[in-house]
Amino acid sequence: MSSTRRRFAGLAVATFALATAASAARAATELTVYTALEADQLKAYQQAFEKANPDVKIRWVRDSTGIVTAKLLAEKANPQADVVMGLAATSLMLLDEEGLLLPYAPKGLEKVKPTMRDPADPPKWVGMDVWSSAFCFNTVEAGKRGLKAPTSWADLVDPAYKGQITMPNPASSGTGFLMVSAWLQMMGEEKGWAYMDALHQNIAAYTHSGSKPCRQAGAGEYVIGLSFEYRANKTKKDGAPIEVILPKEGLGWDMEAIGIVKTTKKLEAAKKLADWAVSEEANRLYAQNFAIVALPGIASKLEHVKGDVEAMLIKNDFAWAAANRDRILAEWSKRYDGKSEPRS
Amino acid sequence: MAAASRPLATPAPVAEPAVRRVRQALSRDDLLMRAGLGLLALWLALTVVLPLRALLEKAFEGPDGNFVGLANFETYLASPALSTSLTNSLLIASLSTVICVALAFGYAWALGRTCMPAKRLFEAIAAVPILAPSLLPAIALVYLFGNQGFARWALFGHSIYGPIGIVIGEVFWTFPHALIIVTTALSTADARLYEAAASLKASRARIFWTVTLPGARYGLVSASFVVFTLVITDFGVPKVIGGSFDVLAVDVYKQVVGQQNFRMGAVIGLVLLVPALLSFAVDRFARRRQSALLTSRAVPLEPKPDPLVDRIALLFCSLVAVAILVILGTAIFASFATFWPYDLRPSFKNYDFDNMDGGGWESYRNSLEMAGLTALFGTVIVFTGAWLVEKTRRFEAVRGIVQLTALLPLAIPGLVMGLGYIFFFVEPDNPFHFLYGSMAILVICTIAHFYSVAHLTAVTALKQLDPEFESVSASLKVPLWRTFLKVTVPVCLPAILAIALYFFVNAMTTVSAVVFLYSPRTQLASIAVLNMDDAGDIAPAAAMAVLIFATSATVRLLYGLATRRLLARTQAWRRR
Repeated sequence: MSSTRRRFAGLAVATFALATAASAARAATELTVYTALEADQLKAYQQAFEKANPDVKIRWVRDSTGIVTAKLLAEKANPQADVVMGLAATSLMLLDEEGLLLPYAPKGLEKVKPTMRDPADPPKWVGMDVWSSAFCFNTVEAGKRGLKAPTSWADLVDPAYKGQITMPNPASSGTGFLMVSAWLQMMGEEKGWAYMDALHQNIAAYTHSGSKPCRQAGAGEYVIGLSFEYRANKTKKDGAPIEVILPKEGLGWDMEAIGIVKTTKKLEAAKKLADWAVSEEANRLYAQNFAIVALPGIASKLEHVKGDVEAMLIKNDFAWAAANRDRILAEWSKRYDGKSEPRS
Repeated sequence: MAAASRPLATPAPVAEPAVRRVRQALSRDDLLMRAGLGLLALWLALTVVLPLRALLEKAFEGPDGNFVGLANFETYLASPALSTSLTNSLLIASLSTVICVALAFGYAWALGRTCMPAKRLFEAIAAVPILAPSLLPAIALVYLFGNQGFARWALFGHSIYGPIGIVIGEVFWTFPHALIIVTTALSTADARLYEAAASLKASRARIFWTVTLPGARYGLVSASFVVFTLVITDFGVPKVIGGSFDVLAVDVYKQVVGQQNFRMGAVIGLVLLVPALLSFAVDRFARRRQSALLTSRAVPLEPKPDPLVDRIALLFCSLVAVAILVILGTAIFASFATFWPYDLRPSFKNYDFDNMDGGGWESYRNSLEMAGLTALFGTVIVFTGAWLVEKTRRFEAVRGIVQLTALLPLAIPGLVMGLGYIFFFVEPDNPFHFLYGSMAILVICTIAHFYSVAHLTAVTALKQLDPEFESVSASLKVPLWRTFLKVTVPVCLPAILAIALYFFVNAMTTVSAVVFLYSPRTQLASIAVLNMDDAGDIAPAAAMAVLIFATSATVRLLYGLATRRLLARTQAWRRR
């Protein structure tokens, strides 16, 4: 507040350019980090990192997975980001294909689970945690309508749920994409699309963000929100009358990962963030939000998520998902775009 | 006119003395003013004309930046999404216009033509929507009529997500704009016409149809076009409550922000420019006709009490006012509810912005800074500019250009303006590229976006000033800037404060232009509302919208107090 007031006081003489310069002048290196992490997770990560590295300050650019990916691809001629942190591994693979990422082995990489990093050596990206699908089921609203809790993906196409389900738009939301990718991998392309056609009949709206379906279910706007386990757990903790359900056929999932943008002019600072991201301290922070993290032995249990998340993850072919992402999204948009919220 | 057509340097011997006089008249003051006017022209070119040109170019550009003619338009026209969005947009805009203008007419008529009580209160309530971002009514509607809304029965099973919600939200948001125009139109009535009608024994209804309505027709036309343009180019309301109902303004946003497809965004932006330009032209035409209706012999109309009519007017205004207050009240209530709809105990949980999307409390501080800077610099630039346009002697060509450019932003939707700014400032070759992503570009863009109305206000105030002031000062050898600071500015202080308030409030609430221009360092409160709603944090979005409203309302109140004191001190000369 005081800095704002000071700036106001100097206005009489200040020019526009001066005002700009004043806000730009900072002692610490400012790292522009593109992220799709949840807004309520960012603060803890940032505080811990900046405490360990007082000479670096993070400036987040946050949006949904699809938007961040589109933004990075659009800016590829003149990248604005120094680091990409907390973006889906499938998206980082796309960026890598465009040659946007710098190979770098962060300190402590050897401890990371081999399945949670880019197999290349040195890797272009390293995983942080796994996030996976979950249903948020509003028990109060379901009770009013006499609806039973769904236990599987297959249950969701029951006409009883018509107009009561929301899910994220896969084009903008990583949480949405990992569901679609999981259905296509579990059921095969033909049956997968047929399933989505049937599900589409029950969907009230496709949301922009992966969190919104769960929050809407939490607020009773709709009965079922297809979302992910962190948001489900958090929404229940916030007091929503929901049950967190893991569909029994298996959970779609993706990794949140970090990679350095090749063109960064702040390489030292970027490396510090990458090093910190694989540290035990960072992994303990991830573990507060997610059951599965990159370092082995840091297991955690989410209070309201019942069931063994790790055992329920489907076998996920990331290379296939990344390679087919554009095609899947185009097909999806063609079929279901009508019910999408703005900004698909 | 004669002065305009007279050449400045005629070689003809007859004109010789005149030429010499011109040279003599070009004092230092004249040169200074011309230089100032030149600077203003340059400023307007940079902040209004060139960004628009950049947008035009973009729409005709291929992926490699080459000129492709109408190819982008063909691609766009070929997509089935267009016809749906276009039809939807036209439907929404027409419906909102009819409802909004009808309500505004009734309200303005009740305020101006009846003797109902509490007029001041009704005027104040009608101004409420101007102080809030357009997202506020949309969010409030979710709480009122959404699936958990406490008034959803009122929709008889229809969903608020879609055309119904959009129209209600847009009518709320555009109501004050229409009201101002219609009120002005109704205030130019000539009492003699009514006396004539009455002495001809015309019934009240007949007088209404043959005198009142025709007298306000240009105002109604003008208000309709203004509302239509505002609605068709607004994306705040449809974004929040439109559900799957696509409209053009949201398409632009989707293309640009969602898919980073700037060329397509530019194409749809140009499509939106069509109704806006049309509306601008009609509005100009209508205003001229409206003022011509009032002759110098006109006698102002004084409403006479009529118990029945006054009661009906009171009832009507009360209904509208209650609707406005319910929408505002719902947003306030929802923002303080701990966990809607299951735990309605009050708490500040939703005001914990730092754990939400949208940039946290910093975005609110940024908005304050942006609004403060816009009010300060905007007022200085606009008022000085208007003064230069009005008081510079001769120099007609430049004055004319400046005058025209100053009105141009009135015809440019914010969305289009914002796009033009990206295209213009993002170019690395542009010497002003360094402004990209800064607070300064937000301030500059907001000033440009709201330039016209501020400019017109300043010009009106300056026109009331006797030109003798300048001549007397000149003959007393008082430097021009002294006259400006010691006479012009104090006399015009009410208008100057009004301009500052106008800039401040609009900078606090605007979304449309700045949504394309903010950077991680310059997130704004109004955009935070949008982003929080996107992430499903609807209660915090309501909280931020309420905070913006509270800020604008506070500044509005301070303005009211300040003007009252200032008027008492500086405007005493106006009283006799």
